Amino acid sequence: RLLTMNDSPISAHQPPPAKYGGRHTVTLIPGDGIGPELLNHVRELFRFCCVPVDFEVVTVDSSVVSEDEINNAVTAIRRNGVALKGNIETNHNLPPSHKSRNNLLRTSLDLYANVMHCQTLPGVQTRHKDIDIIIIRENTEGEYSSLEHENVPGVVESLKIITRVNSLRIAEYAFKLAREKGRRRVTAVHKANIMKLGDGLFLQCCKEVAAGYPDIAFDNMIVDNTTMQLVSKPQQFDVMVMPNLYGNVVSNVCAGLVGGPGLVPGANYGKNYAVFETATRNTGKSIANKNVANPTATLLASCLMLDHLGLVDYASMIRKAIFKTLSETRLHTADIGGLATTSEVVQSIMREVQKTGPLTSEYI
Amino acid sequence: PQGLSGARLQPLCVRSLSLTSSRNALESPPARADSTFKVTMVPGDGVGPELMTAVKEVFKAGDVPVEFEEFHLSEVQNMASEEKLNEVLGSMKNNRVAIKGKIHTPMEYKGELASYEMRLRRKLDLFANVVHVNSLPGYSTRHNNLDLVIIREQTEGEYSSLEHESVAGVVECLKIITREKSRRIAKFAFDYATKKGRSKVTAVHKANIMKLGDGLFLQSCAEVAELYPKIKYENIIIDNCCMQLVQNPYQFDVLVMPNLYGNIIDNLAAGLVGGAGVVPGESYSAEYAVFETGARHPFAQAVGRNIANPTAMLLSAANMLLVLSPQNQCVSVCVSLCVCVSQVRTRDLGGYSTTGDFVRAVVANLRHRPVY
Repeated sequence: RLLTMNDSPISAHQPPPAKYGGRHTVTLIPGDGIGPELLNHVRELFRFCCVPVDFEVVTVDSSVVSEDEINNAVTAIRRNGVALKGNIETNHNLPPSHKSRNNLLRTSLDLYANVMHCQTLPGVQTRHKDIDIIIIRENTEGEYSSLEHENVPGVVESLKIITRVNSLRIAEYAFKLAREKGRRRVTAVHKANIMKLGDGLFLQCCKEVAAGYPDIAFDNMIVDNTTMQLVSKPQQFDVMVMPNLYGNVVSNVCAGLVGGPGLVPGANYGKNYAVFETATRNTGKSIANKNVANPTATLLASCLMLDHLGLVDYASMIRKAIFKTLSETRLHTADIGGLATTSEVVQSIMREVQKTGPLTSEYI
Repeated sequence: PQGLSGARLQPLCVRSLSLTSSRNALESPPARADSTFKVTMVPGDGVGPELMTAVKEVFKAGDVPVEFEEFHLSEVQNMASEEKLNEVLGSMKNNRVAIKGKIHTPMEYKGELASYEMRLRRKLDLFANVVHVNSLPGYSTRHNNLDLVIIREQTEGEYSSLEHESVAGVVECLKIITREKSRRIAKFAFDYATKKGRSKVTAVHKANIMKLGDGLFLQSCAEVAELYPKIKYENIIIDNCCMQLVQNPYQFDVLVMPNLYGNIIDNLAAGLVGGAGVVPGESYSAEYAVFETGARHPFAQAVGRNIANPTAMLLSAANMLLVLSPQNQCVSVCVSLCVCVSQVRTRDLGGYSTTGDFVRAVVANLRHRPVY
């Protein structure tokens, strides 16, 4: 049946379009930098654990000017409904009309909500403890509209677009998610004292939606105060919802608080599609192919994907193994202060999985 | 057409040379031993008036030859009007140095998109905001021995107050970046770094998404960087910058950026060293200098409760004194002495002292200073 925004709870979605004989097909976009090697590890791990997921690999070359490759990728995701991707590099030497491929993907598929769950992970040394924040970021409009022009030479106008429809949509998503996860409070982050009409509209939409959820407390905070509070007392935040650019800044700050870009997975949800990647979307060009990248973020993102597909048991099995491995300091990669290589970490995760159950394809 | 398409160096347009000279030393009359400096004071909203009282007490105790001309300009208390604004501007033109608190910007849209604070900045053309992020001696946070300078372009960017709703339910906010202003702030940053003996300037941007806008900013910074071969120039995207600041802030030295990113990074960095109560800042134009706190918040919840931390405002006042009369170093010494030696800590730093306690401690220190 036709599921409208208002009546579909987030967890009960349409049956995935590419499931046959119990096996799902998922689009895989390797991206650039550390993407390909980490996604290979994901495939290895899935094969080892006998996860019933097949990957359809679609490469997108970042140096090509034509948009055919990214359109192919978009079509592939439309076919399968779910994707796992690495970050596609945006080449700065090409003219400004060459849009960011990642951005094109998000807007074509209307993946309007970017969800990042930031938790203090056991075994990782950080300056802050007990952080558990869900950040919901509007993913399609705001400052990322790519609408810029130079009317007068030397004067550039960049447009930031805020619409009522999208703001209501993201606020609905945030409150629904908060209710589903049993969260108590949603904080809207904005700068409505300066951008009175734009962020004012966003804030107003959030307030309207909040009125329909009396069991969840709603407050708001200006983005500059938010960043200051995040670095001094991050434990005060529960669920946060915000427009695109502030979401980018706040999610990176939170990733830094819990241990860095190698640990946090992110998910982009639309009405019909879902794409999973690392939360801070780094290409990691400088550490590519050196076997030093931290696979945790990508592996946790693949667990989020398994949750979305309904393969909850596999997801929790892999997640438990990842956390067990993380708690051992000698298996920390360089970004969290250790000396282990990527393959050592993945091998250890596979061993953990083997210990917990008979669902493995071969013995290590 | 001219613009970003060409990669060649655009000649820096002819500008008045007063920028560098007046930032280094205000063209003040030669300092006589008995001269009093007149300074414009705008207490602002929230705890502003309390902090200004603290400054006045400390200056009186230190026999500082400064006379304050007060103006109460406030949007939320309905004390703002064009005449008031013009009075303040007139006073500024005479005195050229001011100390101010935060003039709060109300959230509701009352028909005027630009707040009084923004208009003051634009009329005085205070294009550069400098925030000194230094760890306080004696107060340890999660990051110690931090020494950053954050330079923020203050007149254009996202704060252009140009918004409209062309279609019902769709709002467009314009972010303006101009080559001239980007060059100006970049030159300010490099000149500042040269003057203070800093080795690296990092430009913060989001040019992967806002290719034309932040691309222009980045290009301007790169062009100006070529004139300063002794200073290292780098750039970093705002999201990565925030993450690096949280994990390893020691890699940064001087940061330069457009308006909104500056706001966010100022506050983030202030949070790293102890909060909005400990970071001083100042704003410069070619002719004027305005001293204020680094992270600008009215802190209305603390009004009347005597709990606000006056450190930021006192440090800023001390900086002002250094600019007005470089020999008078006593105030800055005393404030920092106070924090580490007497351990007088206000609420925000985890102690129980009141604003009054702190001011009294600073005053006591000043009274007992060795007189040369």
